[in-house]
Amino acid sequence: MTPNQIVFLVLAFIAVMASAGVVVFGANAVRSALFLVLNFFVLGFIYFTLGAQLLGITQIMVYAGAIMVLFLFVIMMLQLHHGPQLKKYQDAKRPLAWLIGLGIFCLVFTQVIQKLSMTSQSPVTDEYGTPKAVGLVLYSTYSWPFEVTSVLLLIGVVGSILLAKRRI
Amino acid sequence: MSQWIEDIAKGKDAVLFGIHMYGPGVLALIKVLLLLIPALILVPGLIWWERRLLSWMQDRIGPNRTGTITVPDNFPIKGLRGKKQRTAGLLQPIADGLKLFLKEDITPASIDRKVYFLAPAIALFPAFAIGGTLPWGSAYLPFGDAVGGIYSLLTPVANVDIGILYVLAISSLGVYGVVLAGYSSNNKYSLMGGLRSSAQLISYELAMGTALASIVLASGSLRMTDMVRVQEQALWGVLPAVQNWFVLTPFGLVGAVIFLICMIAETNRAPFDLPEAENELIAGYHTEYSSMKFAVFFMGEYAAMFFFSGVFAAVFLGGYNLLPLNYEYLATHGWNFLGQDMGGFWRGMAWFNYWAGPAIFVGKCVVGITFFIWLRATLPRLRYDQLMGLGWKTLLPLGISNLIIVGLWIVATKLWGIGGGWAAWAAAAAVLVIIYLNIASLSKKDEMAFGGRSVEMKDPSPRRTVKMVDPNKV
Amino acid sequence: MLGDFMPILVLVCLAALICGVMVVGSYVLGPKKVTPYKSSPYECGVMPLGTATERFPIKFYLVAILFVLFDIEVVFLWSWLTIFKDAPTDFQVFSGVDVAVYLGLWIVGYLYIIKIGALDWDEATSLAPEKLEASATVAVPAQASNQEALA
Repeated sequence: MTPNQIVFLVLAFIAVMASAGVVVFGANAVRSALFLVLNFFVLGFIYFTLGAQLLGITQIMVYAGAIMVLFLFVIMMLQLHHGPQLKKYQDAKRPLAWLIGLGIFCLVFTQVIQKLSMTSQSPVTDEYGTPKAVGLVLYSTYSWPFEVTSVLLLIGVVGSILLAKRRI
Repeated sequence: MSQWIEDIAKGKDAVLFGIHMYGPGVLALIKVLLLLIPALILVPGLIWWERRLLSWMQDRIGPNRTGTITVPDNFPIKGLRGKKQRTAGLLQPIADGLKLFLKEDITPASIDRKVYFLAPAIALFPAFAIGGTLPWGSAYLPFGDAVGGIYSLLTPVANVDIGILYVLAISSLGVYGVVLAGYSSNNKYSLMGGLRSSAQLISYELAMGTALASIVLASGSLRMTDMVRVQEQALWGVLPAVQNWFVLTPFGLVGAVIFLICMIAETNRAPFDLPEAENELIAGYHTEYSSMKFAVFFMGEYAAMFFFSGVFAAVFLGGYNLLPLNYEYLATHGWNFLGQDMGGFWRGMAWFNYWAGPAIFVGKCVVGITFFIWLRATLPRLRYDQLMGLGWKTLLPLGISNLIIVGLWIVATKLWGIGGGWAAWAAAAAVLVIIYLNIASLSKKDEMAFGGRSVEMKDPSPRRTVKMVDPNKV
Repeated sequence: MLGDFMPILVLVCLAALICGVMVVGSYVLGPKKVTPYKSSPYECGVMPLGTATERFPIKFYLVAILFVLFDIEVVFLWSWLTIFKDAPTDFQVFSGVDVAVYLGLWIVGYLYIIKIGALDWDEATSLAPEKLEASATVAVPAQASNQEALA
């Protein structure tokens, strides 16, 4: 095994244990959120091992640093930190969650994993995944999705205010 | 003299104390220890410095006893017996730390135990990890653009393409320590302090990002060594003898002020220390913490202050350069003083600047922390709505307009040369100031409408008994 | 590449280790004498009032979600910031227009937030006067009953 593979395996083990062990099966929602942060943080480092620097740091900055704060706020606001209370409201959602989860797994397995297991790691250049390389394609080839993102975020701003503001 | 320094430097570069012989793993460990050990040693010193300086500013003396060593009477050297060695209280923070380690670790009842124990560690972690891309010595040898020398091996810990984003990403993890400490303590003051603090941290992070964005646009790289390197070019593109420290450029000055304010807010220091506003929230999110767990929050604050000052120094204050002067230019272009040839002096200064780089960098950090302490002694605490208003309505639009102006400046410089660039900069700045004033009046309108009403408290005890009286109708 | 990030991984691990040692060390070294008074929530020495798991204003949630949205907007710009300065002129013009439209929409969203008063912390400046009066009159009996219950 190359050092790269060893590091990947260690990071992947931490990520899987954090997400599977605590996030999914833990009863305490705040602890689950906390370990989801750990999962995202480690995932950022897995991106680094693949050479995707900008993606990795964005993963840490946006998911671990910003979105999970929102999650924690919502959990604390909804008082979800009482385990038994949470269990009381699980009715048809649990089998439904299993079903949807299994469906998504089948989708990922057939579309991604099966195809990727045949290929070897493609050789990447030193420039691959740097901010400059990403920028060169993002603002020329993919400028339309980039603009649409802005519209999407604007809708997000308006929607969140409609939800949370007392008087508009 | 200067020739001698040069020779030593060049000789040493070949040897490099044998460090270049180590493998990447050992080298990584050396780099990390060179970053963490000084920080761990400096933190008690900084606590001492804050207490002493604050005392002097408030006309007190501060801790000055601990650390006085009296030589015992049975000491072998006769002359030294009974003599006192004073250290001006320097050992006070170490004594405090040892005491806190041995104090009772009170864990309140009905807390979320695991999260309660994890929270201080989570709060300290980003403070120590934030310096990962900070360059504290020049990777380039003086005279020439060659990468080399011992500092190019040792600093920064990781010279990655996304250096400044790493700082932002790690500092954004600082929210969790505070909010989890507040949540897990089972104390309503802790919860309020944690909530307040987290909203404050995320608000100022945004403005901090925009402040850094304008600097990244001007320097054209996210790599922190490049950002320092860009600052060694000619000032405003016209004065080659002076370095282009970003704090000396107009957009850099605006960015520096925004970053400075955000940095104080991110470290929860006065005047932004609302999470621990003692007269309303006891001690905020660390009310229920005792012994070393309390000290860990404290340490995290000081380490974060230290490293944020380092980031400020690297991004705005020319990093490891002592003065904003281009010694290489001065040495080669013969700036003579009173008929004396100063070339040798400037060469010597260039090499001194190179070797003293780490000391200069730490010096800048300490100056930054002195500024933090000075602010604490001077400014009163902000009100919470003022705090959010400052972050969202002043610093954020200022940062974004700064970004737009820098973009226009770059395009104008390319089209019409340096003079055109600065003219466009001034025009754009004027337009944006006018636009900003209009936006500010937008949010002021409601305040004006309601500001005239007087609020009459009927009976102070029930909180909501408020009667609004419109002065126009009375 | 991983080689560049190896030192950061070492730094992260060492920092986590230091944090862990600090917290565990104080737990192991300090004496433990639990008394009911010591382990009650600290409220300046008086009996704790109410519960600690209060619901908090939705404004915090609004601030958090606006932060996420604006943070993502800035994240999309970082790669542009690095290439804009040294890029060829045609790319500069094209991407500049791109980003101008993007930032224009950003500013529209920001102006909406300011106009609607979403970030005004003090409700007296953004809430309609009749609602303020109403909430004042409604809140009084509730407060009074609380006081009676305490007495």
